[in-house]
Amino acid sequence: MNTAIEQRQHWMSVLAKAPVDELLGLSEDAIKEVSFDVIRAPEVGLTQVRARMGNKGERFNLGDMTLTRCVVRSSLDTLGYSYIAGRHKDHALRAAQLDALLQDPQMGEVIMDRVVRPIETLLLEAEAKKRRETDATRVDFFTLVRGED
Amino acid sequence: MYVAVKGGEKAIRAAHELLARRRRGSEEQPELAVAQIEEQLSLAVDRVMTEGSVYDPELAALAIKQAAGDLVEAIFLLRAYRTTLNRFYSSEPIDTDAMQVERRISATYKDLPGGQVLGSTFDYTHRLLDFALLAEGEAAESNTEEVEERVEESMVRVSQLLEQEGLMVHETDTESEPADITRDPPTYPSDRSARMQALVRGDEGFLLALGYSTQRGYGRNHPFAGEIRIGEVDVSIVPEELGFEVEIGSIQVSECEMVNGFTRLEDGEVKFTRGYGLGFGQCERKVMSMALVDRALQADKYDEEIKSPAQQEEFVLSHCDNVEAAGFVSHLKLPHYVDFQSELELIRRIRKAEAAAQEEDQS
Repeated sequence: MNTAIEQRQHWMSVLAKAPVDELLGLSEDAIKEVSFDVIRAPEVGLTQVRARMGNKGERFNLGDMTLTRCVVRSSLDTLGYSYIAGRHKDHALRAAQLDALLQDPQMGEVIMDRVVRPIETLLLEAEAKKRRETDATRVDFFTLVRGED
Repeated sequence: MYVAVKGGEKAIRAAHELLARRRRGSEEQPELAVAQIEEQLSLAVDRVMTEGSVYDPELAALAIKQAAGDLVEAIFLLRAYRTTLNRFYSSEPIDTDAMQVERRISATYKDLPGGQVLGSTFDYTHRLLDFALLAEGEAAESNTEEVEERVEESMVRVSQLLEQEGLMVHETDTESEPADITRDPPTYPSDRSARMQALVRGDEGFLLALGYSTQRGYGRNHPFAGEIRIGEVDVSIVPEELGFEVEIGSIQVSECEMVNGFTRLEDGEVKFTRGYGLGFGQCERKVMSMALVDRALQADKYDEEIKSPAQQEEFVLSHCDNVEAAGFVSHLKLPHYVDFQSELELIRRIRKAEAAAQEEDQS
């Protein structure tokens, strides 16, 4: 059970962070094979972002961020949910549809291959690029030898 | 007597049309796109998000465009928009230990685990105007040599190093529900969580000046920039209908942990004290100022004499919000015709009475 939840947390995270154009492009075809009822149409709201003093002390409210959420039911009888940072309704709708499909054993494998894994690769590449850029600004201290040897 | 004054609608409409034309500027120049502001004026966007209290770079960029670059006005616009949205969730606390770091420096240790990473910074620039930027269409040349992937060395926090040696006071979590000043305005004395929230939203200039004042002796607390971090952190929520944690995306934050002067605590031990600053996007000056003021406001906790502005909670919290401050200052522009009439009458009466008294004296 735990692993099922962990798997779902993983794909929901990937879908939430996906660049929207790539997400829509990669999932365009797969989505056509199934029909969906919209249970909760994409709606934009806020999430209060919390933090901790010194990252481990008392919690406090840092501010809000925008968020779009959506719920759909697929014709495979699975419920798909999405909670996506920002105000992109198409992104939220598609992520909810994909969440519904990913819960179906057969469709799930297809979506993992065609959508989730490619996007994950993109995200990892973007992260690695950023890390390289950052790494180039790392300070390498050296000490000048003074006096005679 | 109350006199309703009407009229001026036509003038107001014309003024707003003129504002729109002035904002657009000369038609010979292409119009500025919101996406350009988001990408190329990102530090302005970050300030508007932090003080406007909504993380949404596109909305902040739109507000900056609409306000013609007046950031306090843009913050006001974003705050106003915020009130039109429902708040669905409160996130789990973000974890800055797990940050994908874009900048990390420490002024207390030269060599520390994870190293000093400068990131994109104005530090060490010569502050000479770069006339190359005047020439259009010149992209900065990218000559970043490929850096070989380093062995991932975890970035241990400076505060953690000091805590382990027992040299710094601990931040402890009592799991008390944090105050929310957007729902319950702060009362005094207030909770530190309310103070932190107010400081994040507080005006950068005001907090910078207060932080500076502590360095100049008005509430001295001997700060070291223990650690400054900027980078991306994940945000997650636990929706009731699912019952487990879900990541909704990531946000960029800036964080500052000040190591402040040591003091003898109630238990007799001598330890460094600390101040904390956190904000949306890249806002290093803001989070440093915030950390200084956060520490100054802990004066009471450490039995320090409260005699300087930065140490006075009610003074700081009730004046740090630039939307409130601008509102109250701006209200002076509203018609005060009747108020002023009564003042005029009063001053005339006083002067007339004094003149009459003087005449009597002379006669």
